[in-house]
Amino acid sequence: MIQPLTEEKQFTRTPGSEGLIETQTLEVSIGPQHPSTHGVFRMDCVLDGETVVALKPVMGYLHRNHEQLAERMAWLGSMPYTDRLDYLNSMSNNWAYALAVEKLAGIKVPEHAEYLRVIMSELTRILNHSCVIGFMLQDLGAWGTPLLYAFRERERILDLFEAVSGSRMMCNYMRFGGVRVDMTSKDLAVAKNIVSRFPRFLDEFEMLLTGNEVLLARMQRIGILPKELAINASISGPMARASGVEYDVRKIDEYGVYGRLDFRVPVGNVGDVYDRYYIRVLEMRESIKILQQALHDIPAGPHVAPEVKLRNFKIPPGDGYGRIEAPKGELGFYLVSDEGGKQPYRYHVRPPSFINLTTLEDMCLGHKVADVVIILGSIDIVLGEVDR
Amino acid sequence: MEAIEKIKEVAAQAVPGAKLEIINSTPAAQQPALLVDRDHIYAVAKFLKEDPRFQMDFCSCVTGVDYLQKADNPGFIEVVYHLYSVAQKHGPIILKVRAPRELDQCRVPSLTSLWRGAEFQEREAYDLYGVRFDSHPDLRRILMWDEFTDHPMRKDYVPPADYEWEPTPHHDTLERTVQVGGITPPTAREELEKARKK
Amino acid sequence: MAVDEGLRSELQKQGIFVLPFEQLYNWGRKSSIWPLQFGLACCAIEMIASAAARYDLARFGAEVFRATPRQADLMIVAGTVTKKMAPLVVRLYNQMPEPKYCIAMGACAISGGPFKDGYNVLKGIDRYIPVDVHIPGCPPRPEALIHAIMTLQRKIANQHLETENRLRWYDKNAETEFPIPSYGDHDLQPPANCEVWQPPRSYRDVTLDEVKKA
Repeated sequence: MIQPLTEEKQFTRTPGSEGLIETQTLEVSIGPQHPSTHGVFRMDCVLDGETVVALKPVMGYLHRNHEQLAERMAWLGSMPYTDRLDYLNSMSNNWAYALAVEKLAGIKVPEHAEYLRVIMSELTRILNHSCVIGFMLQDLGAWGTPLLYAFRERERILDLFEAVSGSRMMCNYMRFGGVRVDMTSKDLAVAKNIVSRFPRFLDEFEMLLTGNEVLLARMQRIGILPKELAINASISGPMARASGVEYDVRKIDEYGVYGRLDFRVPVGNVGDVYDRYYIRVLEMRESIKILQQALHDIPAGPHVAPEVKLRNFKIPPGDGYGRIEAPKGELGFYLVSDEGGKQPYRYHVRPPSFINLTTLEDMCLGHKVADVVIILGSIDIVLGEVDR
Repeated sequence: MEAIEKIKEVAAQAVPGAKLEIINSTPAAQQPALLVDRDHIYAVAKFLKEDPRFQMDFCSCVTGVDYLQKADNPGFIEVVYHLYSVAQKHGPIILKVRAPRELDQCRVPSLTSLWRGAEFQEREAYDLYGVRFDSHPDLRRILMWDEFTDHPMRKDYVPPADYEWEPTPHHDTLERTVQVGGITPPTAREELEKARKK
Repeated sequence: MAVDEGLRSELQKQGIFVLPFEQLYNWGRKSSIWPLQFGLACCAIEMIASAAARYDLARFGAEVFRATPRQADLMIVAGTVTKKMAPLVVRLYNQMPEPKYCIAMGACAISGGPFKDGYNVLKGIDRYIPVDVHIPGCPPRPEALIHAIMTLQRKIANQHLETENRLRWYDKNAETEFPIPSYGDHDLQPPANCEVWQPPRSYRDVTLDEVKKA
């Protein structure tokens, strides 16, 4: 489906190859079944030798009509579907949707519930980031080890999620005005235990990876995304921050109780793959700080706003947009309610990893084909969210 | 950031001839939007992006909404842009632009040349709603396959009857499957006739 | 197989195994199932989790995930099959060498699951290719996948090389390539492969009114 090469592009040859044997470009389709495309994603590459001269992402292989299905059911009915958007971190998707609906309906969330939400969403953030680094290194050829380490930690966190919400992956935990069930003191103790031992895992991870020579050689100066382009292309999340864009919705909007928690926003200065890796490690450390404060400060109170009636839940006509800082970037929900207001008239997800793919071609041009998979890995896409 | 009335006033001064209108969100959300006519949306967006008071350099969310025909209006497709400013850390300013629902007239100018971030999202709106974005660099289907001819998120879209009748109490499903010739067991029609007679 | 059971167990104690060739062959096949490294959606994460440390699929000889269908015995359809993806899934299955097996993992792969109403969602991969084991769940836990692999192993162990219901592979006229649907204007063409799949027939026992009352 790639456009025929223009005259101009055909002559973008590797520097120094002028006057040598005439070569032809080669069109290679990577995916949709490819071990390093993180699901069913396809890249149509045009290669000159091994150098990428054009690349078009092709998606839609997991387009499962989330938005249309949501427009057919009641407001609460789409909550379990949000779990399946970005299936690595269902808790923060739940929060984004609940936040958008609360914004439209003007619901105030009790403080206890806000803290529970912070705890859950930061746990998903460290879960997501550790798994993503694992996947990324899988692509680099570090067969298994980082991924298995990450999944070992993930299982511990999933045990907690299962104890609290009843499901490992698809938690369906948040409700409009709070969360579905409270965490018991035992659950909180488990969470504290996870948080206290996680830095040890991070140290181990970093000892293996951060200064590793092979990793530096493969990651540094690869796939550089300039700051101006990152802003212009609506890149968000760790990917934007690695390029030096100091923008974190947790700091800007101060939703939930993030306003009173003390944490910093790490920012990179080169914007290459290595920065994207290291920003994630630093963000995990900041998340641990947030979790420690939240677990310490959590006040007593109701876990859901008592005045919210989930049965026959209605929203007055109009629209609204709510967004949070999901692990992959700015996750927003644009919702429209019409007369009756029993179900969304329009339900749109602003998926961070879909929009972060915009600059994939810009980052890959001029690099070798082996670098493409790691650049894609550093964007951190989940196809459930890209295609919805 | 200034109130929406002020933004409207400033934008009307900067872009002469632009028809601007304020559209309110739900009362609680407090996110009023600026409805701009199709001819001036590009100029207004460019002004908001470049004016030092606003500096809307981050086009967060682009989407289409399909409003069906109602008693007092003929229906339209609305494209919604959510703009934020990374430089000044404020926002959002919401721009809306409307186009007729008929496929041949459903065109709006593309804002991809202002914000690269709109590229894929406009393609998605084209795919799902059939909005043609003029001067978009690469307007192709993005989610559905290229041979697909419908625009499935439109409210009047009829999905293919490819589901089978299940032995469940969904009488409607059988009714519809038989009507559009979907995959049914051989005696489905008789079953349906029997059910109708009773 | 005219070896006395008592004699056989007596010989086993001495470290001598007397088996029909079929059993030996099946034992080898069932203990080294190589799945295709192929994830579609959410279930793929649980598939990875079942191969990772805690659940360790390697205990059942099925940890060698191959990235190419040419080397794989088993396709685990892990996740929602969309209509855009369905032709590619069938093509991948066609590319696998016989004998080959298919596990439909999760509600979506079985029937479309929660996304069944979607315009771009295939209502079950068994419309195009034969499925050996179905695992319900959304997503199924890793234990469920392990159970499915063990079920498949039992199935393999009971397959015959010679008799009527011998392996598809040994049948001269057997279907090894399944027709690949093409992208149509509104839907896949054809919407199902009727040689593999028929709409459910249990309606014969139940009238609509009874169903409605129930």
